[in-house]
This record gives sequence, structure tokens and C-alpha cells, in this order.
Amino acid sequence: MGWAIAVHGGAGDISRSLPHDRRQPREEALRHCLQIGVEALESNLPPLDVVELVVRELENIPHFNAGRGSVLTSEGTVEMEASIMDGNTMRCGAVSGLTTVVNAVSLARLVMEKTPHIYLAFDGAEQFAREQIHLHCRIFQGVEIVDSSHFITPENVERLKLAKEANRVQIDYNAQPIQNDTKKEKPCANGDSQIGTVGCVAVDSHGNLASATSTGGLVNKMSGRIGDTPVIGAGTYANELCAVSATGKGESIIRGTVARDVAALMEFKGLSLKEAADCVVHERTPKGTVGLIAVSAAGEVVMSFNTTGMFRGFATEDGYSEVAIWSDAQVE
Amino acid sequence: MGGWAIAVHGGAGVDPNLPPQRQEEAKQLLARCLNLGISSLHSNASAIDVVELVVRELETDPLFNSGRGSALTENGTVEMEASIMDGPKRRCGAVSGLTTVKNPISLARLVMDKSPHSYLAFSGAEDFARLQGVEVVENEYFITPENVGMLKLAKEANTILFDYRIPTNGYDTCGAGVESPMKMNGLPISVYAPETVGCVVVDKEGRCAAATSTGGLMNKMTGRIGDSPLIGAGTYACELCGVSCTGEGEAIIRGTLAREVAAVMEYKGLGLQEAVDFVIKNRLDEGFAGLIAVSNKGEVAYGFNCNGMFRGCATEDGFMEVGIWE
Repeated sequence: MGWAIAVHGGAGDISRSLPHDRRQPREEALRHCLQIGVEALESNLPPLDVVELVVRELENIPHFNAGRGSVLTSEGTVEMEASIMDGNTMRCGAVSGLTTVVNAVSLARLVMEKTPHIYLAFDGAEQFAREQIHLHCRIFQGVEIVDSSHFITPENVERLKLAKEANRVQIDYNAQPIQNDTKKEKPCANGDSQIGTVGCVAVDSHGNLASATSTGGLVNKMSGRIGDTPVIGAGTYANELCAVSATGKGESIIRGTVARDVAALMEFKGLSLKEAADCVVHERTPKGTVGLIAVSAAGEVVMSFNTTGMFRGFATEDGYSEVAIWSDAQVE
Repeated sequence: MGGWAIAVHGGAGVDPNLPPQRQEEAKQLLARCLNLGISSLHSNASAIDVVELVVRELETDPLFNSGRGSALTENGTVEMEASIMDGPKRRCGAVSGLTTVKNPISLARLVMDKSPHSYLAFSGAEDFARLQGVEVVENEYFITPENVGMLKLAKEANTILFDYRIPTNGYDTCGAGVESPMKMNGLPISVYAPETVGCVVVDKEGRCAAATSTGGLMNKMTGRIGDSPLIGAGTYACELCGVSCTGEGEAIIRGTLAREVAAVMEYKGLGLQEAVDFVIKNRLDEGFAGLIAVSNKGEVAYGFNCNGMFRGCATEDGFMEVGIWE
């Protein structure tokens, strides 16, 4: 039994004909973030610190839907959310509706550690971030504020445009379907796209567990929409048995209390980590809606999804590591 | 068993010194809401309609902490939140950070029925409310003089008032067996510490539903979200049961309390009361909370690990009870 870590960059309808220039940077990014997590675990950093560190890195990379690179609301703005949970103490923190905080996961951690609350959102969360920075320094415990344009990428501006067009097309029965342009990613009419949420779960060799998840949410979402990512028990969960981070259709993950259910199946039905994850993903949620990564106190890892693909990677202390997108396409 | 069942709550954790008059007022309100739900069930309303109806009534009455009568934020304003869940397909709707919507639970229902999402908050939720044409009022409408006084005292004591948490050292909060230094109008402050409200129903067809609504914690940070709008924490309903929780929000979130009741029924095969008892006993570490629940078999149950919970329950066979204490 040793440490284990898994990361994800979102589950969804990821076409197998995803062009190389869309695929390679993300695989590279996952490898890079995984490596950061591995080094952190090897230097005995607690899993809570590890998952925060890794998710910060994922947030900073514009290829994923979190932090910089977040998808846009229907108003063309970003509203970011995240949560983090410590398996030992079951303490947790969550934030929603962030527009200027560079690393949502770090603010979630600050909420957990510096307030009597678990969850802060919108203006209140932004105000809290400013107060902390004002009290301390320009960057406090990883919380930094920038102009919200920092987070917006041209790809996401385009994604929003396509999503809005697709909505119009859906309503107009006579319209021609949008031509597939294989050079661009085609978002589905409901705003789904190939990039999802990001997350990290980790366990050290003592069985300490932690989980963190972060996202910009759904393309073209209504302003004020909150998904599964900041909802403890839905997108994120950790206790003494396992740590779970989910991704996919937020509404399905909320209704399915996905992250909590994996742990509940292990606890109440005695299922193994893999059995529990597979049960939740393949039997308890509709196809095409969810993916998750999970680690157990015993150092096991599972990455399960019922979508076409999930950007993911994992590594264990025995030296094994893997980055992948689809279920049988493995990447060195 | 079988048949319909309904339970309502007005919050867990009650000052044992609560004046008889306040107790009476609370019980009357609970009874009135129960009866409202019961007559609705008699006219074959579905569970989801009944829970919304009853919680609307609780929100409108200023006695408990929801809608009018909500606890105040640190800024002296009201930020309300609520969630509703329909057991059969586990559809759900939630709202947070409402400042002008007269009945948050109805907006939560509209999020569930009329939006592509499950959860809307703050100005986005307020915009949606206007699009839907729900009744909106000035924020002042929700603020009661009692709560203004409570906030002042809470600030003086520099504490957030939990729902009647019984303290280990009593000088900064109020609770059982402690001579509280904080009084307002001659009554201990905890009299005014407000609660969450909720309702769970199973209708004649065996469909379960749950709804919870609150103003949150007195003196909370603006933007703070508690357990009430979080599906799986404060509210949950599925084929088997409907659950609504109240108490220390942070403990309820950590314990995913409402989901837990359903999970032990489903995964451990426990009956409703067993499940409720199990969850209250094992899932709350040092936190204080209570919950009400109904099962698809027409059973009703409640549990709490603190000193009292305002509640009422009734079943189709004529059973009806309103209570505060054990």
C-alpha cells in the first residue's frame, strides 16, 4: 500500500477524431499536473495540499474548463466554482460565482480554514477574497485577484457563439444542421463540450485522503447557475474510505449525489472502490452524463465514466502511471 | 401501511426555557401547516405540490427562520435559500441568495420545472424570478424587529448564533442550564434565535417529496450558503423516501444528512425509523441537527440529537402530533 493520485480534465462527448492539436496539449498538461502531484506526494505533502496544488495547476492551464479557460455564461462572463474536502476531518470548503479570483480551489480552502462556514458565493465570496488579500498581502495563501478578462480565451468566446447558434437552430425546425467543422470543437446543442471540469484525488501511504474539483461550469449557462462541482456529496467527497471527484452533467451529478454514493456503497454494501464507482457510473446515472476519479485508503485508484471519454491520468507509488482519454486508447 | 403521510419542521435545537407562549405559538403554526397539507392531500394533490404549499405557508409566517422572519446577514439584510426535490425521478431545484423573492421555495420549484438547471443563486436567481413573474418585494419586508435586535446582540457577542446550539461554555451563546447574560425584552436571546423550515410528504400514490427553506445563520457572512439549498445535505427525495434537515448547516453538509437516510434504507435495507435513528446517531459528530422523513410506505419519522425540534406529523390513518421536546 502506497500513495496514489488521479486527475481529470473533464468527461464528455469527446470525439475520437479529436485533432492532434486539441489532444496533445491536454495530454501533456495532464502529465505535467500528475507529475506535480507525484512529486508532492513523494515529498510527503499531505493529500489536502496535494489536491489543491494540482487543481491550481489545472486551473491555470487554459485548455481545461476551470480558472483560465473557463467556459462562458450566456452573458459572456466567467463564473467559477470549486470545492475541496479533507477525508480525515471531513472538513470542506466551496465557492461559486467567482469572477476575479485566479484559483477558485484556493479560495475554497480559505473558506474552509478561515471562516466558520463551508460555502461562500458570488459577491460575498469575492468580498471575502479581497478582505483576505487586504489583510495580508497581494497574494494570500494562493488567493490572487485579477481582471476577469484574464480567464476568457478566444476558444471559449467561439464556443459560446456556437452554443448560442445551436440553441437557435434547435428551436427553428427548418434550419440546416450546423456543418461539422473538424477543425473546431463542436459543442452539443445543450451547451456540452469536450472540455469539462478538473479535479484531483489523492491518498498518501498512511491512508489520508483528499479531493478537489474546479470548473467554469456549462457553456452558455444562465448567470447564477450552480452545478455539481461546489456541492459536497455531488462533485466532491472524501472521508476515511475514499476520495472522489466527479465531472459531467452537473444536474445529473447533483441528483445522483455521485461522489457521496461511491463512498456510501463501499461503507454500506461493502463494495470495493472499483465496484462502487462502476455501480454509480454504469448503473445509477444515465449514460453520457458522468465520469469520476477515486482513490481508496488502501491506495487503489479507479477512473470510471459513461461518456465517450474523460481526460484523465493516474499514478501510484509502485511507479505506474497513465494518461488517457477514451476507454481503450492508452497513452504513454 | 400505505396511504399518505406528512411531516413539517420549524427547526432543531430549542431553548428549554422557551416561554410557554412562544411554544404555543410555534405549535399552532405547525398544526396549521399540517392541516393545510392534510386537506391538500385529501384533495389528491401530489406530494411535490403539498410540500411547496406548506413551505410557502411557513415562509409567509414570520415566526420561523424562512421568508419573512429570516435571520439577518452581518449587513443586516436577508439572503434566503431553499430547495425542493421530487422523489419519483429525483428532479430537484434550489435557490440561494434571494433578497426580494417572497417565496423562495416556489422559485426553487420553478428552477426545477422551468429552467435547464438545478440551482440558481444571487443576482442570476433574482433575474430568473423576474422573468418568471414571481412575486417580489423589498428586502425590508422580510426583516422583523426581533431579528434586528438579535443581530445587534449577536454582533455584541461577536458570534454567529447557531440554531440553539447548546454551548460548552455558555457566556457567548445561550443554551440549556446557562444563565444567559444576553436578554432582549426580558427574555433570553435564544428565544429569538430562529430556525429553518421544511416539509416532507408521501402522497397516496407513494410518491415522496421534500422541501426546505431558510434565511440561514444570524450574522452570517454575506454570500454564505448553508445546507438548506444543497441537495443531499438539507433536502433529498427519491423513490424510497423524502427528507428535510435542520440544525448546524456545516455539520449537515459534511454528513450529507438527507441523502444518508435514503442511502442506508437502500444500501443497508433499514426501515425509515431505523434509518433516521442511525443517521442522527452516527453522522453528526459534534454537530447538532434534526430531520423529518417519510417513506413510500406511508410512514413518517423524525429524529434530532439536540434539545428539541419544532415538528408536526400526520398519517392517513388519523395519527397527528405536534411537538417540540423529546
